[in-house]
Amino acid sequence: MNIAKPNSYRSGPDERGHFGIFGGRFVAETLMPLILDLEKAYTAAKADPAFQAEMNGYLKNYVGRPSPLYFAERLTEHLGGAKIYLKREELNHTGSHKVNNVLGQIMLARRMGKKRIIAETGAGQHGVATATLCARFGLECVVYMGAVDVERQQPNVIRMEMLGATVHPVRSGTRTLKDAMNEALRDWVTNVHNTFYCIGTVAGPHPYPTLVRDFQSIIGNETKVQMQEVEGRLPDSLVACIGGGSNAMGLFHPFLDDSTVEIFGVEAAGHGLTQLHAASIAGGRPGVLHGNRTYLLMDADGQIQDAHSISAGLDYPGIGPEHSWLHEIGRVNYLSATDDEALAAFQLLSKLEGIIPALEPAHAIAKVMELAPKRPRDHLMVVNLSGRGDKDVPQVGDILKGKTK
Amino acid sequence: MTTRIDTRFAELKKAGRSAFVTFVMAGDPDPATSLEIIKALPKSGADVIELGMPFTDPMADGPSIQAAGLRALKVGMTLRKTLDLVRDFRRDDNATPIVLMGYYNPIYIYGVDKFLVDAKAAGIDGLIIVDLPPEEDDELCLPAMKAGLNFIRLATPTTDDKRLPAVLANTSGFVYYVAITGITGAAAADATAVSGAVARIKRHTKLPVCVGFGIRTPENAQAIASHANGAVVGTALIDALKNSLDAGGRATAKTVNAVAELTAALAQGVKGAKQAAE
Ligand SMILES: Cc1ncc(COP(=O)(O)O)c(C=O)c1O
Repeated sequence: MNIAKPNSYRSGPDERGHFGIFGGRFVAETLMPLILDLEKAYTAAKADPAFQAEMNGYLKNYVGRPSPLYFAERLTEHLGGAKIYLKREELNHTGSHKVNNVLGQIMLARRMGKKRIIAETGAGQHGVATATLCARFGLECVVYMGAVDVERQQPNVIRMEMLGATVHPVRSGTRTLKDAMNEALRDWVTNVHNTFYCIGTVAGPHPYPTLVRDFQSIIGNETKVQMQEVEGRLPDSLVACIGGGSNAMGLFHPFLDDSTVEIFGVEAAGHGLTQLHAASIAGGRPGVLHGNRTYLLMDADGQIQDAHSISAGLDYPGIGPEHSWLHEIGRVNYLSATDDEALAAFQLLSKLEGIIPALEPAHAIAKVMELAPKRPRDHLMVVNLSGRGDKDVPQVGDILKGKTK
Repeated sequence: MTTRIDTRFAELKKAGRSAFVTFVMAGDPDPATSLEIIKALPKSGADVIELGMPFTDPMADGPSIQAAGLRALKVGMTLRKTLDLVRDFRRDDNATPIVLMGYYNPIYIYGVDKFLVDAKAAGIDGLIIVDLPPEEDDELCLPAMKAGLNFIRLATPTTDDKRLPAVLANTSGFVYYVAITGITGAAAADATAVSGAVARIKRHTKLPVCVGFGIRTPENAQAIASHANGAVVGTALIDALKNSLDAGGRATAKTVNAVAELTAALAQGVKGAKQAAE
């Protein structure tokens, strides 16, 4: 790629929501006025110290932040290379990084006077976080979830219902995250007058990719401070899994201008890149879907193709637009891990560290298993442990017993 | 530049009646039947044809139109084949305006410049692209205008007076007023609310205003058409088509007639309406 390097990798997007050619606002006219309102509300909130103060209170006492930066000693010994730190997002209330973003968006919804919240969810972690904060603030909550995902992430469906949310299984299309997002957009177009759409990743029309990134950047900001405290310097590399890319962007963004830091995003390679997978950068090209231009899996006619991943949270044929830009400009390296590699990593981390990861960050661990041994012992590698594996225990248990696949 | 759309609305104005605009999906349930259907539409009283471009992820459409798109994709419909369909239609009909309606991605992947050349050559007059608001006019709207195609914008109940000028700025052919906040095939349009909305839009533009979403019966069509320059019906026609298919989703001997008969009945409704006052 012959693209001029910017002065800063952190200045995007432009006022129309573009990161290079990616991003934008590709939505139906019905939604446009609301998206413009949201942008205004977000700009005002950012400038309001009371908003940040209120957020900080909940982040500390409700979410349980800061999340620890933990030295994974046995994993490090086992791999025999880089010193591996886990950013423990799985210890947050509700069990993943998703809650950081949901808290921010629910605060915005409250400022905008919206009483009904809708969300799409894949693994159910974003749905659970949304249901949780809606319970906390007394808001109506409707979650769209692909019928396939309802099946494979049952524990989270039960949790959402216990929290008072209505879960709609989506039976159109591939019945996974992409279709859940279509259905959420259809609901939003219909109920735009009273409804706030709480998007779960750094995708969708501007300003969503930016505001989700900003709310998730607490991950990278904390990591910077914590690493300084324990090692007295910056990390040498960062690794995170990518569904839409919110946990990855949250970790990466504060480090983008630190040129010594190598950055790796890990997409889901499913059965392998030549077969069914969910790696939009490795196997896709730029197109327009769900409000933004970004890398997508599609056929020659521009029809969106089915994605596949063992992990419901990564089973999406697109990626956030800022990642597409960071890929084209060469700042972040995008790798991929297969279902089998993720399963192996899931088991390794459980046995060596006593931490059962979600299948999503197990993809990041899988690449750490490749990257760490090739790096020296003084190399500091941070991996985002974006969620815990409780939701995956029944599914992985079945797979390991050879019952299903 | 004058397109078939401009000519048709000028004729209708002279005749003192509103337009009947029909929406069907290109390639549904198969390309050959689809061609017979669009040929039958003008003969049954359609004044303008909107032709859906199938897309896997139609985020503003309800179940009927979603299913129509998937039926077409299943038999191998592509954007190129949609253009072929229009070219075939134009062999016998050089007057009925054809507007392609759908989502941006297939056009973006086809290549905007090449698409505009090929669409114009095939005999297409206008475009309605659901996911291209005025904020994205550089993508397709401005190039389409230059290529001599009308870019028809959707105005909705959420498009307030402050926003209308931006929505209308690069619109040509006609304005499509979406009568409900919602997806295709959902709620019924309320004629009183529509009348107020059309009057509001007409304060900002001289273009004809057609109204769609939620119109299903000849009575609906007549009520709406008397407050606007045209009434658009889509889901009801697609439901009639679907009900004529066999258990495997294939066309039967009844399919073309099922659509034609409903079109004729709806056209009667529209023709019973007086053109809205200018
Ligand atoms: C634990 C966890 N990690 C990662 C993801 C993927 O999302 P993102 O790429 O936005 O972080 C999910 C999504 O469901 C998740 O639950």
